[in-house]
Amino acid sequence: MSDSQAAVQSHDGLHNPALLHHFADEGQQRDASSLGMWIFLATEVMFFGGLFCAYLIYRRLYFGDFGAASASIDAKLGGTNTAVLICSSLTVVLAIWAAQTARRSLMILMLIFTMLFGVAFLGIKGIEYKDKFEEHHVPGVSFSFANVPIPGHPDQYANPQHAQIFFALYFIMTGLHALHMVVGLGIFTWLLWMAWKGRFTPRYHTPLEIGGLYWHFVDIVWIYLFPLLYLIDRHP
Amino acid sequence: MATATVPSVERENYLNKHYGVGSWLLTTDHKRIALLYLISITFFFFIGGFFALLIRLELLTPASDLVQADTYNKLFTMHGQVMVFFFLIPSIPAVLGNFLIPLMVGAKDLAFPRINLLSWYLYIIAGIMMVHCMLTGGIDTGWTFYTPFSTAFSNTKVIEAGLAIFVSGFSSILTGLNFVVTIHRMRAPGMTWSRLPLFVWAHYATSIIQILGTPVIAITLVLVVAERALHLGIFDPKLGGDPLLFQHLFWFYSHPAVYIMILPSMGVVTEVIACFSRKRIFGYTFVALSSIAIAVFGFLVWAHHMFVAGISVYAALIFSLLSYSVAVPSAVKVFNWTATLYKGSIHYDAPMLYAFGFLGLFTMGGLTGLFLAALGVDVHVTDTYFVIAHFHYIMVGGALMGYMGGMHFWWPKITGKLYPEGWARLAALIVFIGFNLTFFPQFVLGYLGMPRRYADYSHMPEFQVLNVLSTAGSTVLAVGYLLPMIYFLWSMRYGKPASDNPWNAAGLEWKTQSPPTTFNFEEEPVVTWEAYNYDEIDKGRKEEVQVVG
Repeated sequence: MSDSQAAVQSHDGLHNPALLHHFADEGQQRDASSLGMWIFLATEVMFFGGLFCAYLIYRRLYFGDFGAASASIDAKLGGTNTAVLICSSLTVVLAIWAAQTARRSLMILMLIFTMLFGVAFLGIKGIEYKDKFEEHHVPGVSFSFANVPIPGHPDQYANPQHAQIFFALYFIMTGLHALHMVVGLGIFTWLLWMAWKGRFTPRYHTPLEIGGLYWHFVDIVWIYLFPLLYLIDRHP
Repeated sequence: MATATVPSVERENYLNKHYGVGSWLLTTDHKRIALLYLISITFFFFIGGFFALLIRLELLTPASDLVQADTYNKLFTMHGQVMVFFFLIPSIPAVLGNFLIPLMVGAKDLAFPRINLLSWYLYIIAGIMMVHCMLTGGIDTGWTFYTPFSTAFSNTKVIEAGLAIFVSGFSSILTGLNFVVTIHRMRAPGMTWSRLPLFVWAHYATSIIQILGTPVIAITLVLVVAERALHLGIFDPKLGGDPLLFQHLFWFYSHPAVYIMILPSMGVVTEVIACFSRKRIFGYTFVALSSIAIAVFGFLVWAHHMFVAGISVYAALIFSLLSYSVAVPSAVKVFNWTATLYKGSIHYDAPMLYAFGFLGLFTMGGLTGLFLAALGVDVHVTDTYFVIAHFHYIMVGGALMGYMGGMHFWWPKITGKLYPEGWARLAALIVFIGFNLTFFPQFVLGYLGMPRRYADYSHMPEFQVLNVLSTAGSTVLAVGYLLPMIYFLWSMRYGKPASDNPWNAAGLEWKTQSPPTTFNFEEEPVVTWEAYNYDEIDKGRKEEVQVVG
């Protein structure tokens, strides 16, 4: 590399406030950030993986009880939430596309839509939790799941203790997922602020991309949670 | 070996560039964060060591006289938790790895300097929680948190300790994440994968375990805390839960965690052995890939901790066979190190003494690990002192020896000062003698049937002689660890200034000044040579001498 080229490069570096001092160029910085997020998502897979493992073991041990407990959850609300999240993933992609093609107001609109979908998801989740609370399906001292027949075996009742394990896993898994949604909303508030200030250009929008990765991941977790928790014992 | 010239005026470096508490607590310089970690883990090492000495003192006599059984339970629990989660797991990665990986790959810093600082703060928050837990009653479940005792019966601070270790886990995950991204994306031009120092390969493998294993214990601890607080029944057999599930989840992380402790140490030993034999490491590719193999196989053997816990015979058989597979890459390393020594020009400086100690003690720890992987023998010695001795040979004889060796090897680079070599060799010798005196009798005790976790062995007074030997050894060991503490501190003020490369070692970290500047290198280094080119270095030095002579 000749001296003049080097001078141009460092000149560029000085004028891009987003390039941190310890990276050689923007490409390296973008690759590093994106790899960092992928690795973080790998840790998240293992984090939820422990719960999925526990769920699968107890589902096998207490097959009918889990079916009965699952049937008591409102699959319509869960289905609506699934649709809401898939829509939010679409708006994230559209926001990134808008950044790549320098459509600032579309980007901001899509970020706002994403966050509205996120809030809607949490609201519907809240209704679901409230129903469970009123039905005494929250594990603890006031838990009750008496005289609920096992689907397909009307003469047998589900064991309340085993159903309680289902609900414990239900609340921990969906609760952790909701926590991730709340964190995601925080990230997107920050992204919206950055977008508002015009920091994202077709050349630099890495935060949008890695924020989007996170959001998609949280959606995908839900795509697995939904059938496992809501649909295991639905028959037409 | 310290020969090269030393500049008389102190140059600007990462230590003297900024002053004041704020410049340390808000630093994003990987070298300063490494020193923050060094101070913190040393603090926890002495807390853990204090518990260890109390345990040994109690076992000096057969009766439970120094402390009562309940206190004894807390002592061994907190010894284990502090040493594993607050010392051994962060030790080499967070101190030496943090300091050296950017230097070794030729980068200005880790990929995410602020996340690096965050990981230290998470560690400190976890540490404060742990200290608070210890001061307000402690915990008595054993470091393993076995359910249902931990969730339904223990009257101690399980929740607080569980949350502390949960938080410290994220500190560990972030360190691993930073290393992997740095090694992938921040290497200097010419620093190909096959030119990376094996210390970096070892940390790469370690990071994989931290990234994929730690989240599992995090979620397991969440379940333990939730179960204890709300009695959900997930791990409580009385409510339909399965305590074995807890053990599976716990050991899925906690067995690979052993490799989080030992792999970085293997990396240190590789560097030290190559330098002090003045030879290229024998079988570079095999040593590099064996680190990865250990990380991968390490995830497949966890249930060998559960042979008597009630898993099926077939599962036990498979896990027993798989456990042998980890021995293969470990043995590859040991053979390659010894082959490197062969016909080397060996120097007996303190780091090398620790490396020799590592070789012998790790081999013993590893071979007794094979006894334990064998189903039949394991049933006989499960939960005896044989197991205790085995894993202390790996964790103290292996991991800690490597840590001490590494601290001596890179101390001139970290501080710019030389430590007193004579004292250091003496300390290494004391550690080796003290270690064997402490833990070898425990192999015998365990084989004869002394169970672990008992304060009182008065119905077996014949065990006292071996216990007295072990306790005597532990005091020798304590001297061996206090000595370096004293002379390291002494050398920071009074030590001779170190040259940039006092060992004439290969590796990029020795090509910058001691201590390095904030951004590590004056100019971005370009690597044109292979790793461990000691033949070329020594040839160059001989020619220099001839020209001067």
